[in-house]
Formats: sequence, C-alpha cells, structure tokens
Amino acid sequence: MSLLTVTNLTKHFGGLAALASVSMTVEVGERRAIIGPNGAGKSTFFNLIAGELLPTSGQVQLEGQDITKLPVNERANLGLGHTFQRNNLFLGLTTFENVYLAVQHHQGITKNIFKPAGQFSQVTAQTTEILQRVGLLEQQHEVVSTLAYGQQRALEVALALATEPKVLLLDEPTAGMSPAETTEMAQLIENLPHSLTMMIVEHDMDVVFSLANKITVLHYGQKISNGTPAQVRADPIVQEIYLGAGYNENVSK
Amino acid sequence: MTSLTEQMGLSTWLGQKRVKLGLIIMAVILALIYPYVSSLYFLSLAIEVFIFAIFAMSLDLLLGYTGLASFGHAAFLGLGGYILGYISSRSDLALNLTSNILITLPLVIIGTALIAFIIGFFALRTSGIYFLMVTLAFAQMLFSIAIRWSGITGGSDGLAGVARPVIGLGSFSYEFSSRPSFYYLVLFFFLLSWWLLRRIVNSPFGWTLRGIRENEQRMKALGYNTFRFKMAAFVIAGTFAGLSGMLLVQFFRHAAPGNLYWTMSGQVIVMLIVGGTGTLIGPILGAMVIRLFPLFVSSYTERWELLLGLLFILFVLFAPKGIMGFLGVKPSTLLTQEKRPSG
Repeated sequence: MSLLTVTNLTKHFGGLAALASVSMTVEVGERRAIIGPNGAGKSTFFNLIAGELLPTSGQVQLEGQDITKLPVNERANLGLGHTFQRNNLFLGLTTFENVYLAVQHHQGITKNIFKPAGQFSQVTAQTTEILQRVGLLEQQHEVVSTLAYGQQRALEVALALATEPKVLLLDEPTAGMSPAETTEMAQLIENLPHSLTMMIVEHDMDVVFSLANKITVLHYGQKISNGTPAQVRADPIVQEIYLGAGYNENVSK
Repeated sequence: MTSLTEQMGLSTWLGQKRVKLGLIIMAVILALIYPYVSSLYFLSLAIEVFIFAIFAMSLDLLLGYTGLASFGHAAFLGLGGYILGYISSRSDLALNLTSNILITLPLVIIGTALIAFIIGFFALRTSGIYFLMVTLAFAQMLFSIAIRWSGITGGSDGLAGVARPVIGLGSFSYEFSSRPSFYYLVLFFFLLSWWLLRRIVNSPFGWTLRGIRENEQRMKALGYNTFRFKMAAFVIAGTFAGLSGMLLVQFFRHAAPGNLYWTMSGQVIVMLIVGGTGTLIGPILGAMVIRLFPLFVSSYTERWELLLGLLFILFVLFAPKGIMGFLGVKPSTLLTQEKRPSG
C-alpha cells in the first residue's frame, strides 16, 4: 500500500479547472518533487493534499484511509505535516515558543491547564533539539517578527518537522530566498532523515534535482510527466513545454 | 514613551523576578491591612475595584490571550448576579433558598458555564467583527429577557433584598455581615481568581490560546482543534465573570439589569485597553483606574464621563498597550532568559 494515494483529483475555481484529474502515488521514503511552470496548479494540488482547499472531485488517501474531506488539523494528526509558501508563523511569539507550540501538541500535553509550560522538560528538550537541527537555537529568545527572512523560512520548516509527520509537504521552501540562503535551505532539507517521506513543490531546478528521487510535472492543471529525475529530464514533452530548449544540455554538463 | 521608561531602567527593573515578587507581596500585605486604615467609603470602593478586576481579568483571557474580542462579556457578569439573586433574594419573585456560598457559588459557576457553552457554540463559529456583533447580540438578548420576564427577574427593578453571603458547613456558620468581612471575602476570591488565571495562562493550554491569537490557521496546520480550545477559554472566562457578577450582587444586595447592558461590556473593554491586555496585572490596574477615575474627577466637574472618554482616546493614541505597555512591562515568555541552556 502506498503512503499517499491521489486519485483523479480535480479542482475548479468557477469555470477554471486549476487541476484536472491528477493521480499520483507516493511511497514510503520517497522524496517527490512537484514542478511545473507558473499557473500549472502546483499550489492548488499541494493545498488539496494539505487540506487547505477541498477538491471538486477526486480522492486523497493516506495509508489507505480516505482523507479527502478531513479538516486540516485531523490530517495533521494523521501524520500529514505541511509548510506554507508564504511564512505563516506566530509572529508575536519567540522562536522557542513557536516550535514549542508544535511540540506540545505532538506530545499531547495541551489539555494540561495548570502546570507551567516551561516545566514539561520533555517538550522543552525536544523543542531545543529541533531548533538546533534547523540552526535557530541562537535565536530562540527572539520574537519571530524580528528574525531575518531566511531564518523565518527555516522556522517554517521547523514547525512542520516538530509534528514528526509521516509525510512532510513543503510548499516552495526556498521562495524569495537569496542564493546563499537557498543553498542553506537545500542542505537543511537534504540532511533530514531519509526515512521521512517528502513532497516538495519547488521552483528552483537545482534544488529539485539535488533533492528529489521522483518528480511529477504539472502543466495547465494536468500531469504531463512522472518518474525519476533522469526520466523526467529525458522526457521530450517536458523539455519542450517546461524546461525549454537547451535546458537538457545545461543541467547535464 | 516606552523608550523613556526603558532608558530609566524601569522596565528592566520591573522585569526582574525578585522585584515582581516583592511588589506582589507588598500589594497583598497592603490589601490585607487596608480595612484597618480605610474609611467605610473607601473600603466599598476597594471592594468594587476587586470585583471589577476579576471581571476584567476574565475578559483578558479571551481578548488578551486568545484574541477573541467579545463585546458581550456583561452577559456573564449579569447572569452570575441573577442566578445568585434568584437563589438568595428575599423578594417574593425569587426562591429565597439560601445564601450559603458553598451552595450558591457552584450553582453560579454551573449556570454561567452552561450559558457560556451555548453562546460560545454559536458565536465561536464566527471571528473578528462578526464575533463581536454576535456576542453583543447574545448579551443584549439576555438583557431583554431580564427586562421582560419580570415574573422571574423583577423586570427593570431587578431582584432586591439579596441576603448577605453566609458560609456554613454542618453546625459552623459565618455571615459576612460587616463591610470588612465582605471585603476579605472579595479579596479572597480576587486573589484566588488571579492565581488560577495565572496558572491557566502559563500552562500548555494557555500557550495554545496565545497560538490561536497569533495565527489560528497555523495552529490548525499543526493539528490543533482550535474550536475546542476557544470554547474552553470562552467557558472559563464566562465562569470567572459569573463569579464577579455574584460578588457584585452580594455587595449591592441587588441584581439589576444594568449589569447585563452593553455599556457594561464596553466598560470592561475600556479597562483592558487602559490597563493593557495580555498581562493579568494590566486589567487589574485598568479596573482600578476606571472605577476610581469618576471619584477624583467628579468633584471638579459633573461631566466626568466626557473626561473618561478623553482618557480612553489618549490611551488608544499614545499608549495602545495600556499602563503595562507604558511601563515597559512585556508579556511573559515561556522560557526565561536565565534558564537559557548553554551552547
């Protein structure tokens, strides 16, 4: 059984078919990239799986369970963690508190209404560990709105990581980043345990080809190609309508 | 202006744990000896301030911590009062059962919690300005019921002749008949409420509420069922407001429809804005200022409400974080800097 199964997923916005009958499966440990030109329906596809949008028709299954109509929070509890394309953080709280909120829910202590939050040593310890992993421990006392953009972006990933998802959905993790920050982010994602299944929507082709072991290409809401990076790179349709003439020589030099 | 207090080192001074603890202990000692040095008139004022401080703190849990701007919080103040009044008023309309707080308090708590649950069930499906309007509508509905259903509520007269609170268990019985004894009863409930709410806001539950205030969508993405937490906060806030309403009616010995009216909901919001939201001390200071302000100004002018409005505008413009923000006191953080792990 596949970890994530998408069957004939369709989304209409009024008369516009943003996504037309896309099917896909993601296996355990896979690192799947979703690529495609602007307006290809990547974000729509992503948000339908994450639960931020509901589909017009079609089905999404996680470990065989139908989650098509489940609200976002129940999907998250089943192990579907996702980040946002635009930073979507707790801006008025500190970095530590941001991650703590993710960890305390995952560890199931939020019904505790009387003991000071700082005294849950398992939660604080894991929070510290995650901050260390994403390189934000130095900034743990800083209010998130004062962090640099790249650091906020890393925190975006940290929040999703802290829920220890079975599938981690990353929506353009390097969006708006400088080349240096992009490299750092790619490194961060690369260093995540390979047992973690990932689905990543990304614009930066270098990032995609360095991270992904499976790629799905969308174009005008339709799936036009699917396979390993080598297969996708060699696909003439992909080269023609998406990567553009001459790209093949560029990336394989 | 915050920078001024920061330059003076006041905010760092106030931020120290020792200083905070010292100030709190001093305030508690002052409150304890207050009846011995105060006239009866000023004692009454203090009682009023403490009751309204409980009311204001309860709204802070919603407005300051959860980010829910309720404009109908008077519903619970009034409701707590009417429940108490109905149980222990000597009026012919009321039950006149008992004034034993060991019985009345649980009934007030259960009653307000139940109504808070019902109102919350509908109101919490909305947010922002809609939430504000729906809570206002519910409170005004209760006000109308209080006015119209005069066979139970006494209509616009309310329920008069509320018996003084008694605490009785077995053969032991004590009546809070003197002003100072009632003062200590209110002080006890005030300190208890403050302590309980403090524990609540600093718990994982309390941090969840802050998370909802900051970004509800993200909380959902992390797996939180935010509706449940908002409901819990709404019910808790409602019961504390009910408690303050009970004390208010015991104090004036009269359950009046004015306690349900929207101006009361407005007044408590003003207390929060003047004191500063998101800190429990802020609402206490706000309650103090708003309840004592007329006293000092009304000897100079009859139009003190005009000046109150002016004060409110000044705060909104120049000290939007209230007195606490003006003093440079920041909301508490989860992890204190001293505890910073090395490395």
